[in-house]
Amino acid sequence: MNPWQTLRVALRALARNKLRSVLTALGIIIGVAAVIAMVAIGQGAKAKVEQAFAGMGTNLLIVMSGSTTAGGAHGGFGSMPTLTWGDLKAIEDECPAVRYAAPALRTTGQILSKYQNWTTSITGTTPDYFRVRAWPVSAGRLFGGSELETGAKVLVMGQTVADQLYGRGASPVGRTVRVSGVPFDVIGVLARKGQSPMGFDYDDGVFTPETTYREKIQGGLANYISGVILVGAVSAGATIRAQAEIQGLLRERHHLPEGAADDFDIHNLSELASASEQGTRTLAALLASIAAVSLLVGGIGIMNIMLVSVTERTREIGLRMAIGARPRDVLAQFLAEALVLGIAGGAVGVALGTAAAVFLARRFDWPLSLSPAVAAVAVVFAGIVGAVFGLYPARKASRLDPIEALRYE
Amino acid sequence: MESASPILALEDVVKVYRLGDVEVRALRGITLSVGAGDFVAIMGASGSGKSTLMNIIGCLDRPTSGRYLLAGRDVAGLPKGRLAEVRNQTLGFVFQSFNLLPRTDALENVELPLIYAGVRARERRRRAAEALAQVGLGDRLHHRPNQLSGGQQQRVAIARALVSRPRLLLADEPTGNLDSRTSVEVMALLQALGRSGLTVLLVTHEADIARYAARVVVIRDGLVQSDERRAPEVAVPEVSA
Repeated sequence: MNPWQTLRVALRALARNKLRSVLTALGIIIGVAAVIAMVAIGQGAKAKVEQAFAGMGTNLLIVMSGSTTAGGAHGGFGSMPTLTWGDLKAIEDECPAVRYAAPALRTTGQILSKYQNWTTSITGTTPDYFRVRAWPVSAGRLFGGSELETGAKVLVMGQTVADQLYGRGASPVGRTVRVSGVPFDVIGVLARKGQSPMGFDYDDGVFTPETTYREKIQGGLANYISGVILVGAVSAGATIRAQAEIQGLLRERHHLPEGAADDFDIHNLSELASASEQGTRTLAALLASIAAVSLLVGGIGIMNIMLVSVTERTREIGLRMAIGARPRDVLAQFLAEALVLGIAGGAVGVALGTAAAVFLARRFDWPLSLSPAVAAVAVVFAGIVGAVFGLYPARKASRLDPIEALRYE
Repeated sequence: MESASPILALEDVVKVYRLGDVEVRALRGITLSVGAGDFVAIMGASGSGKSTLMNIIGCLDRPTSGRYLLAGRDVAGLPKGRLAEVRNQTLGFVFQSFNLLPRTDALENVELPLIYAGVRARERRRRAAEALAQVGLGDRLHHRPNQLSGGQQQRVAIARALVSRPRLLLADEPTGNLDSRTSVEVMALLQALGRSGLTVLLVTHEADIARYAARVVVIRDGLVQSDERRAPEVAVPEVSA
């Protein structure tokens, strides 16, 4: 018999006993369905967390200036300006792992439209800032290099500010607002970015060119950056390298002797992301162990029912041998039956698990991530489990004596 | 009057079973030759060794000693897998309890030996339908065993035995589960097959059934007690209403 005929014989035998076939595969079906549903929801949760971190910016490092120390009281990072515009330029030019570096000069102030006012954060920066944070406009445009050079009185606002000043749905692009009594043209509204993992609203803020900010809003301390430098590394894997390069560069530029503490601080947000990744990995290990246990139980179910089936079908086996089935034909048939049960059980389990995941995701508004690779692996594994646990019953069937088997009542 | 080319020839066949310490000599030296086209009944009480003889002739069992030539080929020492091929290609089996696969229609039941012979599906179906027509069930191809009478079920089983075009048909108490009228029908069918040239070996303990055979071999205590040839009675089935 060729494999195709063996498969057809196995399929017919299974079809002859539909209820038993379904019950045999039930363990596999439930196990695979549970795993598929949990993986889909777990992946969805992971994707949501990753999205939240991506919202802060891709491959992001934040360089802050050092702390003041007055009478033994440390003022905290950023309280003493130590970062210069020269430092910013050096970071941009001399660190190979750095793609973008943008200043973020920040204060809080009142924005006045014709009818409304809103107090929010005001950030002076360069166009690179929006690249580091992967933040496009939803209307209008960002400011460009020429506006940065001339210190143009232009402003890009977050969606929350736009909503507060002009109401939902209205476009503020082309209107004029006043900041500290200075009129600014609104040239763009940023796409909604949502909230940080800690609940901070990214969309509640306005942005102007840093030159304009320094001239019209801040004043004083022109050599130092009164804020932070946002750095985008060339890739997610390069953040550690970028951090080391910047640290070395700044220590040299600030003439810090060996052993002296840094007068600046570098925050690596990818560290936070990797912590969350650790949690995801733990979850994945848990899922894998549940999958292993449920497939084991499903496999034992297949072996159990296959053994019963071999006993119950003893006469059928005897007849098949009498009319010309060789022991290996019988072995192949029962193995094929177990394999089909495993694969079909796996496929049905994937379908049920997907349906359950979609239902739960809709019902409770959870994020969902369906992966064809996971489904394929589940089906292949279920098939392997079926074949492994079907081997013993199949051997038992193939070793029956046709005379005894035909006489079996 | 033995035929010049025997389809089966047993020479001093001995079969010994070991049941724990006890040796059971089921066959104690059987010599038997059956010519092509013969219709032989093997009779014997239970325990006479006729079932053991049947199993050896049917290549389901191997003799402890002696020679067995089936269609000119020595099959006494063949391994299990080869014996299966011999059963598939040279022999046809008919059992007392039909042994049809349940929930499987007549056509599929009859196709079964051809699957193990590696015949392609289309050819299988054609030959199975042909065999069913030969036993008079051409209009019952898609009936399942539970939709057929006992006599019809046995005819499906005969079709299954015929479909691989065997040299020898082995019928083990083929009428054991049938009433007398249906028994005559089945015997008429076997006689018709015999007339068309097929060698039929019938195992039975009923003299009523054995009288349809042209030759009766009686086994007793593992030996051939008598071997007679006589004019067989012709089975005439009653015309059913």
